[in-house]
Amino acid sequence: MMTRRAAAAIWGVVGVAAVVALWELYKFLGPADGVVIGGDGSTGSGVMILPRTHDRAMPHVWEMVARLFASTSGGDTPPLWVSVLSAGGVTLGIAAAGWVIGVLVGGILAIAMQRWRLIEWGLLPWIVVSQTVPLIAFAPVVNALGGQLAREGIPWPQWLSVAVIASYLAFFPVAIGMLRGLQAPDSIHVDLLRTYAAGYGTTLRRLRLPAAVPYLLPALRLAAAAAVVGAVVAEVSIGMRGGIGRMLIQLAGQASSDPAAPWGPTFGTIALGLVAAASVALVGTGLKNYRRGEETA
Amino acid sequence: MSTAPAVRAAGVGKIFPTRTGDVVALTDVDLDVAPGEFVSLIGPSGCGKSTLLRLIADLDAATTGTLEIFGKPAATARLDQDYGMAFQQAGLLPWRTIAENIALPLEIQRVTKAERTERVAELAELVGLTDFVQRYPDQLSGGMQQRVAIARSLAARPKLLLMDEPFGALDEMTRERLQAELTRIAAETGAAVVFVTHSIPEAVFLSDRVVVMSPRPGRITTVIPTRFDRIRDEALRESTEYFAKVTEVREALHGTPATRANER
Repeated sequence: MMTRRAAAAIWGVVGVAAVVALWELYKFLGPADGVVIGGDGSTGSGVMILPRTHDRAMPHVWEMVARLFASTSGGDTPPLWVSVLSAGGVTLGIAAAGWVIGVLVGGILAIAMQRWRLIEWGLLPWIVVSQTVPLIAFAPVVNALGGQLAREGIPWPQWLSVAVIASYLAFFPVAIGMLRGLQAPDSIHVDLLRTYAAGYGTTLRRLRLPAAVPYLLPALRLAAAAAVVGAVVAEVSIGMRGGIGRMLIQLAGQASSDPAAPWGPTFGTIALGLVAAASVALVGTGLKNYRRGEETA
Repeated sequence: MSTAPAVRAAGVGKIFPTRTGDVVALTDVDLDVAPGEFVSLIGPSGCGKSTLLRLIADLDAATTGTLEIFGKPAATARLDQDYGMAFQQAGLLPWRTIAENIALPLEIQRVTKAERTERVAELAELVGLTDFVQRYPDQLSGGMQQRVAIARSLAARPKLLLMDEPFGALDEMTRERLQAELTRIAAETGAAVVFVTHSIPEAVFLSDRVVVMSPRPGRITTVIPTRFDRIRDEALRESTEYFAKVTEVREALHGTPATRANER
């Protein structure tokens, strides 16, 4: 068991090292201006099939890491990693709020769909379609509605709009996964509860919800990753300050003079996703008895 | 309890409407099961034996006729927990320990914790699983799981047990051992049993009466009393009267050449 865990850790490190090696190898071997096919030699013509490798386009990995410890924007501003950390904290908080909203909404939808077939038939196609609406089209609408509410005196801070947009991505896996889980019990279990004269509520609590756990845990993890992505994109598209999405866009805008800088918040975003998924995995360890199979050992 | 029969079915029929027309699953079933009596329902697939059991359990409603459990309508008997039920699969909840599985019906009936603990200990003792109550179902063999299911069906002290091929998925050795245990448990608890099975020897070994059913439409064709002693043991399996009954049930099941010709 311990050796398997150690092996997993080693292979994880090997995977990251491989990406770094690939990046540096291509940077070393690839032509500085990339490979363009077609085109007449003028800027922007033709199709680039391999990216440029000069230092402005592809900084060295160690430059990216070193940049984390340099000041954020010159002068006596704090080191980049500190700024990334605090911006990441803001985004993580908003994503967590979005995750909670998404899990609640997804859970309620799943329970309603399981309870009433008609709702499943009517609602499920719309839930699927909802995920094809591009977030950048949807975000300004939410922001405008939030602004409207704020003007009418209902407290609606801007971060709440971001959280709502994040929840829009997060609710989907929960609704789908939980619906499947609630429908998972065998008919024999449902019959059994009926012979105990158990009503709907008892059946939900004693049978359907516990049976849904193995379906729900991966859904919650997907929802956590989706909430982080949603929060980052939403920050950018409604222009909220303070979060890591905004920071990413700002530093990317200055990338031609400071190419390693945007990689700071990029790593930060990856870390956010990992932290979010790991927190959910932690929830899973507390529920491991609900993941037992009925098969005999 | 009054002297009302454990089960009284009079003119019971069940029709399942399907897209291609009504399917008559059961027709004109008359059957009385006395308190404490062990009755097996046997017959080929589609003879309605499981359907009849589900009607008795109020898991489905009869289309025609009346069905009474201890003198009450089936629905009332279900709400009053007058029967316990076991299925072909043990149907244990994998996230609950054996003790918690046995206690499930009691929990739902809001029996106090102390009473539950006491009852679970009794039942575990009865089915010989005292050392396993803290295990989870996936740590038990199929035969042990089925014993847990039987213990669970007895939890609310029902006077009627409904069993739908509970030993159908077990190997022959485990099956015979559990059959002997079941006759002992039924005798100890004094519960009437309605037992659905495919197996002629199983039906003969267990039952006071074997109800032979036939399909298209599902109906009772013969009822064969066994007249063995209430406690059955391995000696019974090798006795001549046992073989005679097995033969009698087999002939009733397979019918005369005339009925076979009718079926074709």
